[in-house]
Amino acid sequence: MKVPLFPEQASNFAPDVDHLLYYLVAVSVFFTVLIFAAIFYFAIRYRRRSEHELPEPVHAGLALEIAWSVIPFGLTMIMFGWGANIFFKESRPPKDAAQVYVVAKQWMWKVQHMEGQREINELHIPVGRPVKLVMTSEDVIHSFFVPAFRTKQDVVPGRYSTTWFTATKPGKYHLFCAEYCGTKHSGMGGWVYAMEPQDYQIWLSGGRAFGSLAENGEKLYQDLACGNCHKVDGSGRCPSLAGLFGRNVQLADGRVVKADEAYLRESILQPNAKVVAGYQPLMPTFQGLVTEEGVLQLIEYIKSLSPQPAAGAGTTPAEINVNPGAAGAAPSNR
Amino acid sequence: METREHYLNAGHSLKSWLLTKDHKRIAILYLITVTIFFFIGGIFASLIRVELMTPQGDLVSSETYNKLFTMHGVAMIFFFLIPSIPATLGNFFLPMMIGARDLAFPRVNLLSWYLLVIGGAFALFAMLAGGVDTGWTFYTPYSTTYSNTWVIATALGIFVAGFSSILTGLNFIVTVHRMRAPGLTWFRMPLFVWANYATAVIQVLGTPVVAVTIVLVFCERVFHIGIFDPALGGDPVLFQHMFWFYSHPAVYIMVLPAMGVISEIISVYSRKPVFGYHFVAFSSMAIAVIGFLVWGHHLFVSTQSVYAGLVFSFLSYFVAIPSAVKVFNWTATLYKGSISYATPMLYAFGFIGLFTIGGLTGLFVASLGFDVHVTDTYFVVAHFHYVMVGGTIMAFLGGLHYWWPKMTGRMYPENWAKLSAAIIFIGFNLTFFPQFILGYLGMPRRYHVYPDEFQVLHVLSTAGASVLAIGYLFPMVYLMWSLRYGEVVGRNPWGATGLEWKTQSPPPVHNFDEIPVVTHEAYDYSTVIKEGVEVG
Amino acid sequence: MAEHAHAESLALREQFDTAEQQKESSTFGMWIFLITEVMFFGGLFLAYTIYRNTYPTVFGMASTSLNAVIGALNTAVLLCSSFTMVMAVRAAQLGKRKAIIVFLILTLLLGLVFLGVKAYEWNEKYVEHHIPGASFHFEGTAQQGPAQLFFSLYFAMTGLHALHMVIGAGILCWLLYHAARGRFTAEYMTPVDIAGLYWHFVDIIWIFLFPLLYLIDRHMK
Repeated sequence: MKVPLFPEQASNFAPDVDHLLYYLVAVSVFFTVLIFAAIFYFAIRYRRRSEHELPEPVHAGLALEIAWSVIPFGLTMIMFGWGANIFFKESRPPKDAAQVYVVAKQWMWKVQHMEGQREINELHIPVGRPVKLVMTSEDVIHSFFVPAFRTKQDVVPGRYSTTWFTATKPGKYHLFCAEYCGTKHSGMGGWVYAMEPQDYQIWLSGGRAFGSLAENGEKLYQDLACGNCHKVDGSGRCPSLAGLFGRNVQLADGRVVKADEAYLRESILQPNAKVVAGYQPLMPTFQGLVTEEGVLQLIEYIKSLSPQPAAGAGTTPAEINVNPGAAGAAPSNR
Repeated sequence: METREHYLNAGHSLKSWLLTKDHKRIAILYLITVTIFFFIGGIFASLIRVELMTPQGDLVSSETYNKLFTMHGVAMIFFFLIPSIPATLGNFFLPMMIGARDLAFPRVNLLSWYLLVIGGAFALFAMLAGGVDTGWTFYTPYSTTYSNTWVIATALGIFVAGFSSILTGLNFIVTVHRMRAPGLTWFRMPLFVWANYATAVIQVLGTPVVAVTIVLVFCERVFHIGIFDPALGGDPVLFQHMFWFYSHPAVYIMVLPAMGVISEIISVYSRKPVFGYHFVAFSSMAIAVIGFLVWGHHLFVSTQSVYAGLVFSFLSYFVAIPSAVKVFNWTATLYKGSISYATPMLYAFGFIGLFTIGGLTGLFVASLGFDVHVTDTYFVVAHFHYVMVGGTIMAFLGGLHYWWPKMTGRMYPENWAKLSAAIIFIGFNLTFFPQFILGYLGMPRRYHVYPDEFQVLHVLSTAGASVLAIGYLFPMVYLMWSLRYGEVVGRNPWGATGLEWKTQSPPPVHNFDEIPVVTHEAYDYSTVIKEGVEVG
Repeated sequence: MAEHAHAESLALREQFDTAEQQKESSTFGMWIFLITEVMFFGGLFLAYTIYRNTYPTVFGMASTSLNAVIGALNTAVLLCSSFTMVMAVRAAQLGKRKAIIVFLILTLLLGLVFLGVKAYEWNEKYVEHHIPGASFHFEGTAQQGPAQLFFSLYFAMTGLHALHMVIGAGILCWLLYHAARGRFTAEYMTPVDIAGLYWHFVDIIWIFLFPLLYLIDRHMK
């Protein structure tokens, strides 16, 4: 029977986190043994030998108090710095990370690849390539946790949260929901499959039938008649969406914001929260008319209207190349 | 033989107990109440551990399991741990230690007890009517919009109990400031008083915030105001900030009084003043203050900003240092002391060991990159049980045994007590140490169905829990036994300093026949040990 | 002299050694209680500040829909009631029984006026469909959620304040009862004193509520 006592290392972060663990354990064992040994020794050496014993008080020295405050503090600052460093890295996905969308709901994980592949409770990723997850929830707070990667990120309704990792070893790894979310919280798990790049490309091509996210987004855009107001040449009542993604936008109240995924999502669901300068608050809300997945599709479509390649766009279905060593070859790991 | 009047026999009617203004009787009322809730919480814990012996959800349904861990947390935290030491041992001994006849506001003290009982009644009602399944942390929007259980009744119970805590804190602060005996300067006070004072400051400043947070949850649930609902423009993470602003300092409410007990015990059974008295006193205050600045360490992966995370992580290390200072000072107190192995001292040793481990693992989770992996796993569960159970409960038991002769006039049976302490120590470690490993492996919290490969560790943990449960039952039995059959003791069976040991056991209703005048520093054993140990 | 000792010993509780200790403890206790009240209201102020910052436009519009003139009137009423309360405390310090009663009654009346005006304001909100719930509708913006948030916080904050006023009114009635029986003298007027502290605190909360809720961004359309 398998009784693991230590999790596998399967991501770029895992060795970092494990080394930090070793340091933490080392410091802890040191102080634990020190205290236990001191107590043990003192309790025996100075045990009460007669009922009338009256020991001399021992006076504290300021130097000692300072020493055993400052030295531990120094040791903890290493813990702080080390952990902060890892955390910073975890919060800055590389620009070339492949983006995958995740929508959580009670009690399942819905995963959408750009190229069209959809998964439930499973995530297939290539080894050696940074992958960034953009996630939201349809209902309560969940949390995307892959112990073998040492990563975790809460998935909150009403906003996007992100996490990223580079798988370093092919295999099948537990995915757990790590934020209590109701009845089937225990069952809201699944698997992350890290695959060799060529296997991943083959798997990805199976999504062609779904159509890429951007293609589905374009269809939805037409179904919802967005183009009636958002004319491409900007002549409509609303700003043009061409080239919008990633640009800075001047708002009516003077603020300047970046047109990222969160901005686009808000613009669809709460359009009057940020009105563009020079335009009227005319856009109706699409809350209730469009699901979170629909929003993601629209975002991908809008991204495709931008001149620069959208971050993390995979190859379009027409270009999937199953030759090993070609598309899908991993850039060097961080 | 016992015709002398004292606080226990001055009036036998139910009314004389339920309408008492005597802080000692109120302490006993609290002791009974918190013990009942400890049992209730313990029953839930037992059911949890039995379910977790197998990877499948086979003992109880998911709905039931979710209620079990929620109600375990609610009962233990709000109705046992938070009141435990301050409202029982603090209520009984704080006035005596400072040479006062009672607290500043005795009727408010009684009101505090009634509020705990009423709050407890609401919570108990919720438990019996069907339970609540939000987790003791009530995260939104699950608790406000999705849960179909008795959220409001439970929240109301916690709200009312919160005022019990606030009023106790208020009472203690005014008492310590205004009612010290002549000659008792701040730095002559026992460290138990310092600890309860620091705790009272937290109770007074922090609890109202969770109270208003509960009011908002109530409004959201009933009126759908949208404050935590993203569909209406609200922010579910705001709840977490407001909740943890109290709930982090709350853990110091739970541990500071325990540390105060340990200071007393270590000193008595080493017959030496606590090493670094001033540092220990200041550490209590430092923990109270800095403890208000670290709540965000519960929100590292919540979508809180990275920069906020940095600040909270840094400050969390800051708050750890005073605790470490205390551990070192307690250990140093043993140096060249006269060490007795009486049961309270064994509990103190256990506390220091287990609190050290629990506190050190706090350093683990304070580290941002590390916490990303272990937050919301059994690692955190192990961490807080080490400090709350290995820490606070052991200190509570130690204090109960230490002061038992004073409260009851009877000694507990020493050999049974030692045996129980050993069983508890072993059972505790067997229960919770495997959980550190489980957590790092990735076992999430609040799961009752889990992957097969985690089973062995869970079985070990459950085995430990059975031993721990037995360990807790023994004191219940022998302490009750001692009330009738325990050895009768005099004023000061331990040779302790402290004003409470100058009066009879059990104390008279008015504590002291004459208010003492204090002329010595705290823990001056030369006043007690002259020719021999004073046995009154 | 005997009268003073008599008053002192009547009122002195057995846990205290001297009347001075009792008075100082009671006053200190009330201050601590007021600090807890600051923390209690503080949670709502925090939520309000955060959401105001998130939705400045909508909150500005909602602020404008409140009647600032009536709010200012109510502020004046409360300030006057604090003045009459101070006078009541002063009368108690001087042992003037009739004056205590008169000023307590005035304070109570002003407090009731405040509550009456509040009720009127709330009724206005009801008529305008600004009460959060099924029939909520705020004209002039598509952001109904945030608008409702403003009003939820408005009612929570002014409601909590009004509740404290009602409790204050109750305390004033209790004081009146005892003042009429001549219980308060120059030597023993602690209850009047600490009730005064409570009343002033409730007033100060309103002094913060009024500008935060009514006045900020009134120019916004």
